[in-house]
Amino acid sequence: MIEQDWVHGFAGGLMIGGAAALYLLVNGRIMGASGILGSLLDGSDALQRAERLAFVAALVLVPLLIVPFYTTVETHLTGNWLLIVIGGLLTGLGTRLANGCTSGHGVCGISRLAPRGIVSTVFYILAGGIVMVLFRQVLGVI
Amino acid sequence: MLRLVMAALAGGLFGAGLLVSGMVDTTKVQGWLDVFGDWDPTLAFVMGGAILPMAVAWRIAARRKVALLGTPIPPRPEPKLDHSLILGSVLFGAGWGLVGLCPGPALASLTFGGWGGLLFLIAMAAGMVATPLVRRQIARLPA
Repeated sequence: MIEQDWVHGFAGGLMIGGAAALYLLVNGRIMGASGILGSLLDGSDALQRAERLAFVAALVLVPLLIVPFYTTVETHLTGNWLLIVIGGLLTGLGTRLANGCTSGHGVCGISRLAPRGIVSTVFYILAGGIVMVLFRQVLGVI
Repeated sequence: MLRLVMAALAGGLFGAGLLVSGMVDTTKVQGWLDVFGDWDPTLAFVMGGAILPMAVAWRIAARRKVALLGTPIPPRPEPKLDHSLILGSVLFGAGWGLVGLCPGPALASLTFGGWGGLLFLIAMAAGMVATPLVRRQIARLPA
């Protein structure tokens, strides 16, 4: 049996890949969320500033237009603020050190068969899995 | 101007896709990583769906070499697997597992993710800004 969530996942995935394809073939850019946000924050490559701002603004605002079509949209984010801060710091630092995240290394890198993208994805999934086993299965804190 | 409109279209479609796919829901992401618990394979369907159009796009890009708006297609990065790539990926994966958000969904869920979502984004931004300092330390490590 195919679960409804899997169908939605695949459809949403096609949209994500379509967005990345558009950004590559029309604008000539790699659609990586951490790279786009990170370079806006550290001011590197000022020439692309406006383009990146437009991208981020739409990424933040467009989901609002879709939310009304759902009865509930829940992020189910933990209520533990310390965990949120640590997770956020690690995500920000890690993605900038690695020069990419799930969109840049994952979607754009793997589809190009880029060794860096594939290796990065293997390592962040492994690390996430180990954290999950340790903190959920062993310690039971997340 | 057209460049900005197209960037907004891409960003908007990305955000919509993240919402439709369920990737703004941290239980789906953590469920994917929780292989010894109640495993949720949805993320694999999202990745597969996203990689398909991009694989086609890369083939087209390889032929055209220049994007429609005149920008050269980004060259293939050097296949250099260095300390920063491995350490960064591991740190990111750890944060991803702890909370279940990565940079794209953190931005896409900002308008409905509550104070916790905003806090995550601020912490993530702080981590990004602090990266050059950490990079300098890594540069001192033996190769």
